[in-house]
Amino acid sequence: MAHGERVDFKNPVINWIDVRLPIFTMMQKEYGTFPTPKNFNYLWSFGGIAMFMLTAMIVTGVFLAMYYTPSTDHAFDSVERIMRDVNWGWMIRYIHMNGASMFFIAVYIHIFRGIYYGSYKNPRELLWILGVTILLLMMATAFMGYVLPWGQMSFWGATVITNLFSAIPLVGDKVVTWLWGGFSVDNATLNRFFALHYLLPFVIFAVVGLHVAALHVSGSNNPTGIDPKGPQDTIPFNPYYTIKDAFALTLFIILYALVVFYAPNMLGDPDNYIPANPMVTPAHIVPEWYFLPFYAMLRSFVWDIHIPFTHIVLISSKLGGVILMFGSIALLFVMPWLDRSPVRSAVFRPIYKKLFWVLVLACVTLGYIGGKPPEQPYVLVGQIATVVYFAFFLIALPLLPKYEKTLPLPKSISESVLKKG
Amino acid sequence: MAQPPSSPAEHISDEHDKDRRDFMVLTAGTMAGVGAACVAYPLIQSMNPAADVLAMASTEADLSQMKEGQSLTIVWRGKPVFIRRRTQKEIEEARVVPMSDLKDPQTDQDRVKQSIFGGKDMPEYLVMIGICTHLGCVPLGQKPTDPHGDYDGWFCPCHGSQYDSSGRIRKGPAPKNLEIPPYQFTAADKVKIG
Repeated sequence: MAHGERVDFKNPVINWIDVRLPIFTMMQKEYGTFPTPKNFNYLWSFGGIAMFMLTAMIVTGVFLAMYYTPSTDHAFDSVERIMRDVNWGWMIRYIHMNGASMFFIAVYIHIFRGIYYGSYKNPRELLWILGVTILLLMMATAFMGYVLPWGQMSFWGATVITNLFSAIPLVGDKVVTWLWGGFSVDNATLNRFFALHYLLPFVIFAVVGLHVAALHVSGSNNPTGIDPKGPQDTIPFNPYYTIKDAFALTLFIILYALVVFYAPNMLGDPDNYIPANPMVTPAHIVPEWYFLPFYAMLRSFVWDIHIPFTHIVLISSKLGGVILMFGSIALLFVMPWLDRSPVRSAVFRPIYKKLFWVLVLACVTLGYIGGKPPEQPYVLVGQIATVVYFAFFLIALPLLPKYEKTLPLPKSISESVLKKG
Repeated sequence: MAQPPSSPAEHISDEHDKDRRDFMVLTAGTMAGVGAACVAYPLIQSMNPAADVLAMASTEADLSQMKEGQSLTIVWRGKPVFIRRRTQKEIEEARVVPMSDLKDPQTDQDRVKQSIFGGKDMPEYLVMIGICTHLGCVPLGQKPTDPHGDYDGWFCPCHGSQYDSSGRIRKGPAPKNLEIPPYQFTAADKVKIG
């Protein structure tokens, strides 16, 4: 922690606290006067929006937990009780349920901003890795949260995804039994998922703290990808970005409120309003929309890889799908080392810019495919989109620095801003 | 960031800026406060009893099997309710106590309800919440073998409060008489509490 000069505050109470624990000085430095590039566009508001969503999810989650019962006999009914009998229960539940979707919207936009503008490059590699860690924790939290209402999709989604771990060679079945705490998804599984679902958001909170700390070491990136060269390139975070982020957050909340109050079940699966029945599998098991691209990748690997001329399976199609699914996120971790271009921002990288939109198209396509039944032509389209996704990271990124002619960079942020005006 | 005023016009506009800024901060701050209250209200209200809990608010009791001198304990809103069909002796004892003897003065007539069914005077049933007004223990006295204290009523074993045959506090640390819940007779021998 920096021990710079401390300036007294006018308010005696605030000053008394600050002398003993300089939180106000810290807030002043990190969120008050912090020199921030002056050319942010609204894509830079989504980090703050994500922070708001984490808080909203924790607050609504705690109040839901006052009425939720994590046992297979009572879980579904306790959720219906929240919806019907608890004062404002319907609203708190819908805010929490749709908040998960809004949280992923904000985080996906935030991540794609990072990919487009090279925010993962030196010196922000660890910032980026912490961010991908947050994404993984969010995915685990959301997965477990969806199981809690104990509807048909809750149960069968849990069954499908936990069964994937049996693909691990040698110890797969033991791992699955260990995850379940039994011989199928049952009470033990539900109870532990509740415990972990309550825990992980606080772990996310801690990693977000590290993420923001790392950001404040390097300072923010900006749309040009060029470092600020002096105070002429920056503005103090308060009031310029506090008010800009407040405005962006307001628009985001309006969208959120429209969903919560006018279409609260639009993003959900109606099958989850049927109590879980271990004897009956729904016709179409589909995860929530934010998992669809990964689900598509999982189902795209349809071959068993044998040792040649034998029946021995080296990599089952199940294992292959699992490797692809987890691999797609593992690749994100190493992006700073896959892309060696010295130019950060896609604004000055004409080929990278086009390939970025190809990646976005591949992700959207994978999302669409993930929601479809595993039949042709969907399977083939999904396989092509998976190949495109992996090609972006494994082929395009490493090769581009050699073959891409980047545009000349402006001399400074100021220059780029003034040229536009 | 602001330059020192170099002309009267700039000086005035700085003043206006300050007034405008104060106004903006005040109004934005007030709206933020209103917003915070709007967020807090449903969350806090959600912790109040839910609709199904409120619906469990009434309990009926059938008194037809009760003989004189018998006591019955039922549960209402999670609390014990003492119903006693008092003997004449208990009723007379309760009636003759002077108000000056009572820590919480209340006549016996004020503590029992006369049913509109049956006879015009039915002080036989005493209906009280069986929770000691001191610190919340359930007093003894419902069973014939229980201690009844010196006043032929109920005795709280936790700190020694003694209630008389009308459930009024006579000795011990309890400050108030045993509480009478809202109730009414739905028939000569049926009562609805709450």
